[in-house]
Amino acid sequence: MRAAPIRRSFVQAVMEAWSGGAGLLLPVGFFSGTAMLVPFALGSAPDVLSDIGPGMLWLALALASLVTLERVFQADLHDGALDLWVQEPAAISLVALTKTLAHWSVSGLPLVLLTPLYGLMFQVPPETTLPAMAAFGLGGLTFFLWGGVAAALSASVARGGLLIALLALPLYLPTLIFGGLTVKTGFEDSAFLFLLASTLFALGVAPPAMGAALRLAAD
Amino acid sequence: MQGHGLGAVRGERILFSGLNFTLGAGELVALRGVNGAGKTTLLRQLAGLSQPQAGRVDRAGRHHWISHNNGLKAHETPRRHLMHWARVWGSSAGIDEVLTMLRLKRPADVPCSLLSAGQKRRTALGRLLLEVRPVWLLDEPFNALDAEGQAWLGTLMTDHCARGGAIVAALHAAAPITPVREFTL
Repeated sequence: MRAAPIRRSFVQAVMEAWSGGAGLLLPVGFFSGTAMLVPFALGSAPDVLSDIGPGMLWLALALASLVTLERVFQADLHDGALDLWVQEPAAISLVALTKTLAHWSVSGLPLVLLTPLYGLMFQVPPETTLPAMAAFGLGGLTFFLWGGVAAALSASVARGGLLIALLALPLYLPTLIFGGLTVKTGFEDSAFLFLLASTLFALGVAPPAMGAALRLAAD
Repeated sequence: MQGHGLGAVRGERILFSGLNFTLGAGELVALRGVNGAGKTTLLRQLAGLSQPQAGRVDRAGRHHWISHNNGLKAHETPRRHLMHWARVWGSSAGIDEVLTMLRLKRPADVPCSLLSAGQKRRTALGRLLLEVRPVWLLDEPFNALDAEGQAWLGTLMTDHCARGGAIVAALHAAAPITPVREFTL
């Protein structure tokens, strides 16, 4: 199979994400908003902040993935680009995976890079910064994959945002639990392995599910 | 390309059933029928986008697909759109020449969200020029084009059939082209 279609679908998705305003600003906005508001809402006692800070960042990550993904496949369906992709010999599930990865690299990856900064604001101990970055990276990827499945399933539904949240949030739970534990306990604990397993599971299951859902949406 | 015993259902209504369809080299088949008769549905079944509720479609070789929604992304310019699909298909067609033929030199770098309906349609039709494919499936291709554009597309379609290609197009009676065969739904 030729690599060009997959490469081009990545480039197209990145350009679309940037021009659609879902670029760097959206996740940075979500993260900064959360990081700024939480101390005001809960008081700035250091032990409270370092306790719940990581959890708040997980919340921001989950919401950012949902907001980004809402129109990913819906736009493709309405402008007819989905019809063109479905007729390509390249597997539609691979194209969908590539698109999801493109959106993760635009909206999810910046969060990982910003983690040390926000960790500082939440008084997260410095030695947990690296586990936190790994957890946000893997967790974000998993969120985007499940969010992609939900977005593909609700592509033909007008105002499918609520449906996406309803479908995706239960699938986020295992990742959220083990990701939260990883931030606390670091790489030594089995929580990190379970987080890794949840990401691998999503990588295996989400692409065919997205492919099937998109074929159904085009029909 | 052949369709055997094709059937389609919309809601509780049967659009068509037991429909046999053959398309040979050099043929230009016009699909006619009132609005809602199932022209687009038949085209989508021929393209493999929709699964026929009955029957099957046999295809030989790849086809070009132009439908009423042109397949342009809002952020793409005509040049980017054509370049994108040229790369996906591994085509070496000169994008500048294609843009000149489409008379899109001037708005070549304007995002599609700002283009007129006719300019968008021309951009989509540009995909036909990127790669030689035997079969063209066109859904109302003359819509939104001006008189000059309609004449140009008419010549393009006639030339394609003269070179042994085949076209199935959903057409209104006013389209400036004489089909080899008419197929009324």
